[in-house]
Amino acid sequence: MSYLEYSVKTVPTGLRKVLFLNWPLIVLLTSVAGVGFMMLYSVAGGSFSPWAEPQIKRFTLGLAVMVTVAMVPIWFWRNMSVAAYLATIVLLILVEFMGSVGMGAQRWIDLGFMRLQPSELMKVTLVMSLAAYYDWLPPKKLSRPFWVLLPVLAILLPTAMVLRQPDLGTSILLITGGAMVMFIAGVHWGYFAAVTTLFVGLVVAVFQSRDTSWQLLKDYQFRRIDTFLDPASDPLGAGYHITQSKIALGSGGWTGRGFMQGTQSRLNFLPEKHTDFIFTTLAEEFGFVGGISLLGLYALIIVFCVLAALANRDRFSSLMILGIASTFFLFFAVNMSMVMGLAPVVGVPLPLVSYGGSAMLVLMVAFGLIQSAHIHRPR
Amino acid sequence: MRRPNADSSESQRLLSRRAMLLGGVQLGFMGMLALRMRYLQVEQSDQFRLLAEENRVNIRLLPPARGEIFDRNGVALARNEPSYRITIVQEDAGDVDKVIERLSTLVELDEDSLNRAMAEMKRSAPFLPVTVADHVSWEEMSRVSVNAPALPGVTPEVGLSRQYPLQGDFAHVVGYVGPVSDYDLSKIANPDPLLRIPRFQIGKVGVEAKREGGLRGSAGTKRVEVNSVGRIMRELDRQEGDQGQDLQLTLDQNLQSYVQARLEGESAAAIVMDCRNGDLLAINSAPTFDPNLFVTGISVADYKALTDNKFRPLAAKSVQGTYPPGSTFKMITALAALEEGVFSSEDTVWCPGHLEVSDRRFHCWKRAGHGHMDLQKALRESCDVYFYEVALEIGIDKISTMAARLGLGVRHDIPLSGVARGLNPTRTWKEQVRGQNWVPGDTVNASIGQGFVLASPLQLAVMTARLASGLQINPRMVKSSNGVEEPVPEPAPLGLNENHLRQIRKAMFAVSNNRRGTAYGSRIVPEEFKLAGKTGTSQVRNITAAERAAGVTRNKDLPWERRDHALFVNFAPFDTPEIAVAVVVEHGGGGSTAAAPIARDITLQALYKGDPPLEAYPSRDRRKIKAQQERLRALMPDPQDVRGGTRT
Repeated sequence: MSYLEYSVKTVPTGLRKVLFLNWPLIVLLTSVAGVGFMMLYSVAGGSFSPWAEPQIKRFTLGLAVMVTVAMVPIWFWRNMSVAAYLATIVLLILVEFMGSVGMGAQRWIDLGFMRLQPSELMKVTLVMSLAAYYDWLPPKKLSRPFWVLLPVLAILLPTAMVLRQPDLGTSILLITGGAMVMFIAGVHWGYFAAVTTLFVGLVVAVFQSRDTSWQLLKDYQFRRIDTFLDPASDPLGAGYHITQSKIALGSGGWTGRGFMQGTQSRLNFLPEKHTDFIFTTLAEEFGFVGGISLLGLYALIIVFCVLAALANRDRFSSLMILGIASTFFLFFAVNMSMVMGLAPVVGVPLPLVSYGGSAMLVLMVAFGLIQSAHIHRPR
Repeated sequence: MRRPNADSSESQRLLSRRAMLLGGVQLGFMGMLALRMRYLQVEQSDQFRLLAEENRVNIRLLPPARGEIFDRNGVALARNEPSYRITIVQEDAGDVDKVIERLSTLVELDEDSLNRAMAEMKRSAPFLPVTVADHVSWEEMSRVSVNAPALPGVTPEVGLSRQYPLQGDFAHVVGYVGPVSDYDLSKIANPDPLLRIPRFQIGKVGVEAKREGGLRGSAGTKRVEVNSVGRIMRELDRQEGDQGQDLQLTLDQNLQSYVQARLEGESAAAIVMDCRNGDLLAINSAPTFDPNLFVTGISVADYKALTDNKFRPLAAKSVQGTYPPGSTFKMITALAALEEGVFSSEDTVWCPGHLEVSDRRFHCWKRAGHGHMDLQKALRESCDVYFYEVALEIGIDKISTMAARLGLGVRHDIPLSGVARGLNPTRTWKEQVRGQNWVPGDTVNASIGQGFVLASPLQLAVMTARLASGLQINPRMVKSSNGVEEPVPEPAPLGLNENHLRQIRKAMFAVSNNRRGTAYGSRIVPEEFKLAGKTGTSQVRNITAAERAAGVTRNKDLPWERRDHALFVNFAPFDTPEIAVAVVVEHGGGGSTAAAPIARDITLQALYKGDPPLEAYPSRDRRKIKAQQERLRALMPDPQDVRGGTRT
């Protein structure tokens, strides 16, 4: 199916488009963001400042951005995707030179009114350009080595640059997100098997490189891996995050200690309680019930995205929706695994809930793209 | 608008299939996350809730009041005085410099402690109190309290501080406390958490250190809710600790203070003990120091003055110092000979003034010689040659065995720092330590307490008490702790022939009461209090042949460090011995002139339990003694003050 085969006239126009937005998805996104506001209010000790209020403003702005993006026909975005990808690469190169140094990593460009993290943007533009690529590529050539190598390079180039910053969390998201788009597009499964094998080899290599001249990761990244493997070995040092986060989760029990009653977060035992570790506060104050509810909301978002993708007969739209949904999935899956002690602490926020500007805006832009694909789907 | 390739239904189906597969995998992963959440939050909930509680609740220590120390009559030797200090909490003070400036107009703040406080403030969290002035007076304290509104963050606090009301008199016995140091902590394998309290005071020397365990008590606890940086949010509950145990020593404050005054000006040591049960009544070392200086932190100048003093005020010479016992050792040689049966008290030795032993000439202190000497005369007049002969006859083994039985070369078990073992030389000791064979000359030297023999004043007092009682008296210094009497072991008999002991005592009586005795000048007049003693003058240098040829140099003409040590041991009363006394005057010259008068004065003071009447002294000494009594009374603490510290 292609846009050539259906009448543009059947696509809603003007303000009528608002009626064709994927409203359940908007409700779900707002619910998740609402959980975030509540938790930010709680960790601030029952106060809208310093976190909840700016977060609400940002989300409102994000909603507006999402609707704006949704109003623009999806084919415009498709045609823009390669350009957007290249522009993001340029931005990534720029942060190498003029990015501010913060927390040992060069990650953002200060635009004055906000800090732009090109690596956040890259998560979306990469998915878009891959979707556009596979939309363009004839299915026969899908698994030919040359046509596989091209997107692989397109993924590895930004990943390598992000890893240099160094930002392990985003690199993992980029590589996995990109691979998922390739998988959905139908690249032969043998490639994935081969890459998985290679990855295992790489992990071994990374560990072998430790304390040698060609060490592949920074020392603090090695330490994070160490403490992930055995958090009890250093309960007050690097293992502190994981240990305290597990205590917070565990002490929540079935129904939690009640709103604003979590001792772990309120007494500051939790690090990064308003950003990466915000899930622990939720789990402590609302218990298993609260945690599973948020997970359920996330699952519904994924389900709605997959349904929207399956219902959309435009190949670019389907691929893009699934790619964005997968990236979104990776966000919360990595974050939750991290706070539950299933993955090393790599610094991935909980999407829409963690406090943070550029991550939320980029996500809202991405959902705007999904909405655009939904509105402008072939009928 | 370009639509380059028709979307074949085949690739559409592949996409759907893969999308479902990936979606399924993602949902599966979420299911796993849910299971993990269930595991942590439901199955392990109890364990983690406990951990969260431990996190939240912090246990704070409540330091116990240190046990106080009293003498045998309940006079306070070490007590806790309320002390006032001023603390500042940075975050309450706001502008710390300004507050301190205002504070300095009210209280005298010294530069050192102020700098230390500033450094501490930089290090510690802003909500923790930092001491800026310690040991401030009550007046300063009130001034600060009155002006509290102008001094935000400043809190006057009351604590307990150790105080030694008798100052130097008990410095070597009671010791002193001081803030716990890193060095102290490094010595303890598993330190009491109390010791981690900044500036917590622990015993450093003496009873304070040796009985630290009981005196310290155990900490109480208070449970508080804290946040992750340790700020106290609220108190949950508290449990009071156990106060430290009060100690009562066997020492007699009045006697101890008297002895300290009597030793004034000398570098000397004295021990008085009850020769019936071993209770130590006085343990003195002169000169002394004020232990209170150490509690607040002694200044560098004061400390240097103490360490530079050649009389070594910091040393507890009565238990730590070891000296050649000189002639006070002769009782041991004599007793060994009597017990061995080779000499009887009637056997005589000819003293020509010297004895040749393996081509070496050993002199008697009396160059002209004593003539015919039997045991009584030899001890009374302290003839050296008699004991040379006796010792060569019985050998060193018998002598050192006897010395050990009388407590020489034994570390007596009393709770003081550095109690000396002394040295009771034997053949094996010399072989092992010196790598040399024992030669007859060594025996000759040992027989009169010279050569290798070393004994502390405490050991000499124990020896005298054992001679006087015939029992294996062991010294005891702690009478009771927290009102519970410390056990007094029934002393076992020495197992010596009572007849032999009686002869030794008789000879000692003659030393002090026979006109020819070496300590006749220091006799006691009243029949019921007569003392029996023995002088000792121990060389600290070798007298060369050239010196001897030029005539023995008199002590007075020698530099202080090279003069002889003067010793005297005695027990009294002779008929029913109650006390044993040992006095050592470092480089004091002759035992009879330097040590015996002191021992006599101490004995009388102990037996009369206060200043004796002048009639107790020989008539020609009385004027001098009267002046001395007045002089010493001025040196002793006012009895009124002392009674103020008495426990009711």
